[in-house]
Amino acid sequence: MTKSTSPGRLGVRFGYRFNLIGLSALAIILLWGGVAVFAPHIIPHSVGEIVDTDYFGPMSRDLWFGSDYLGRDIFSRILMGARYTLGISLAAVSIACFSGVALGMTAAVAGGWLDSILSRFLDALNSIPSKLFSLVVVAAIGSSIPALIATLSVIYTPGAYRFARALAVNVNTMDFMVVARIRGEGLPYLIASEILPNILGPVLADLGLRFVFIVLLLSGLSFLGLGVQPPYADWGALVRENIGGLPFGAPAVIFPSLAIASLTICVNLLIDNLPRKIRDRSAE
Amino acid sequence: MKRQVTSLAVRRLLIALITLVIVSFAVFFATALLPGDTATILLGQSATPEAIEGLRKAMHLNDPAIVRFLRWMAGLIQGDFGTSYANNVSVANLIRGRLANTMKLAGLTASIAVPLALTLGITAAMWRGTLYDRIVTVATIGIISVPEFMIATLAVLLFAVYLRWLPALSFTNEVKSFYDLMRTYAMPVVTLTIGVSAQMIRMTRAAVVETLNTPYVEMALLKGASRPRLVLRHALPNALGPIVNSVALSLSYLLGGVIIVETIFNYPGVAKLMVDAVSTRDLPLIQTCAMIFCLGYLTLITAADIIAVLSNPRLR
Repeated sequence: MTKSTSPGRLGVRFGYRFNLIGLSALAIILLWGGVAVFAPHIIPHSVGEIVDTDYFGPMSRDLWFGSDYLGRDIFSRILMGARYTLGISLAAVSIACFSGVALGMTAAVAGGWLDSILSRFLDALNSIPSKLFSLVVVAAIGSSIPALIATLSVIYTPGAYRFARALAVNVNTMDFMVVARIRGEGLPYLIASEILPNILGPVLADLGLRFVFIVLLLSGLSFLGLGVQPPYADWGALVRENIGGLPFGAPAVIFPSLAIASLTICVNLLIDNLPRKIRDRSAE
Repeated sequence: MKRQVTSLAVRRLLIALITLVIVSFAVFFATALLPGDTATILLGQSATPEAIEGLRKAMHLNDPAIVRFLRWMAGLIQGDFGTSYANNVSVANLIRGRLANTMKLAGLTASIAVPLALTLGITAAMWRGTLYDRIVTVATIGIISVPEFMIATLAVLLFAVYLRWLPALSFTNEVKSFYDLMRTYAMPVVTLTIGVSAQMIRMTRAAVVETLNTPYVEMALLKGASRPRLVLRHALPNALGPIVNSVALSLSYLLGGVIIVETIFNYPGVAKLMVDAVSTRDLPLIQTCAMIFCLGYLTLITAADIIAVLSNPRLR
């Protein structure tokens, strides 16, 4: 995705060049974020209210995206679903990346047995396929919303760890690290003030990618009926609820899927079009 | 030099084995976290304390977790997978037929996806920067960014609802002719193929492009080799290792896909069995299915690693 870069005014101020695709992707992501925050105030119909006499109704002026299997407004349900999809994924990705990056930097700086044990253990966890892992954990602790957040963050911590450790190991060999060690700085200072600023860009890009994985996994789980449980519904659960409308090509099945796709594709596009300066700093 | 390769391969196998033990540990203890007592769940709320105590003893539930873990492992190695809680049938019997079905699905998918993905990936790299390449790249990014169930729903919409070529969301056991077979397998296989191919095309293209950037390929270009000759004759032999590696890695994505696809198309495979077991909390069944999937996944990953080692001439 290398489109000719047009310097956005916003970009110039920060000293970075954003291109058009990146900016539009960012706009759509922010739009979904806004929807998630303000959903209860902007939905045209209440999510539980049956507003259509027919089920799997077509798109109309009143019901923009048609009605679902009970005759509820699917547009409102998607807007509310944004809260669960974005909220749970954001919480999970924050926890996963925070713990993964913190552990990764610690392992890289401390080295020795701590590094070996952490790496071996987390690599083993990393080699369990994510969907399978989530099925096992959901079977064990159920699928309440806090349990889902915990499950998703545990599954994606090893990946974040591996990524951050690889970057931190490179930084760790720099001269300024030697100087800082000789100055007698402790582990917390080394991590927070010397390593972190130097790996922040790639780590944030990685966070975005991991967010996409988590959205996909959460939607997949909800689609299997093992994720977000009724009466709440995220986008995956909306597809599951309305899968019966598939043979009629009901909009109630299509639009929740499109909502997921718009979010994940935009995050991917944004990361692909990030200014090279942010994305690749010290990544090589 | 030969010994070095063997020792590297053996090392990889050992690592895979250790990983498998750690994984089984994780699977066992994740399921052991289950709130509530297994004996109580099995016998129901109205059971007498004596009955529960008896069952606990019979199932060795009073032993420490580590002892139960070792006993479970020993059983696995001997091929004793335990008995399903839900219907008291031995897990081995439940899984046998299902596993064959899943392997059939995976085999069919692989036999279509691998040639398709290699062709698309290599040709995209060959005509890098052209409209064709851009279309392939954008399509694969699009497919990777959406959930598998969306590919499945779109496939149903396209082939069953609009074109009416295939039945929607139904799996019949009455397979009488080759035509029936095609119809039954078409939708799941198409869905899986799309997902797996997208991964494979991306990786194959990246591997070939990387080789195309090397100086010796530039040399071949300067001496006047045509594009296809450049790629097929000069670049491809060196990209072969990474490509086979990427094939093995992409096939491991089958696992995630198969869970969704078997559920959506109601296909009687191991993944469907496992999803059902999760909803009924049938622990022995979940554990065994999880181990089967992890074993398959690790085999593919390890194969990819070993192929990467073998294909590196500097190590051979």
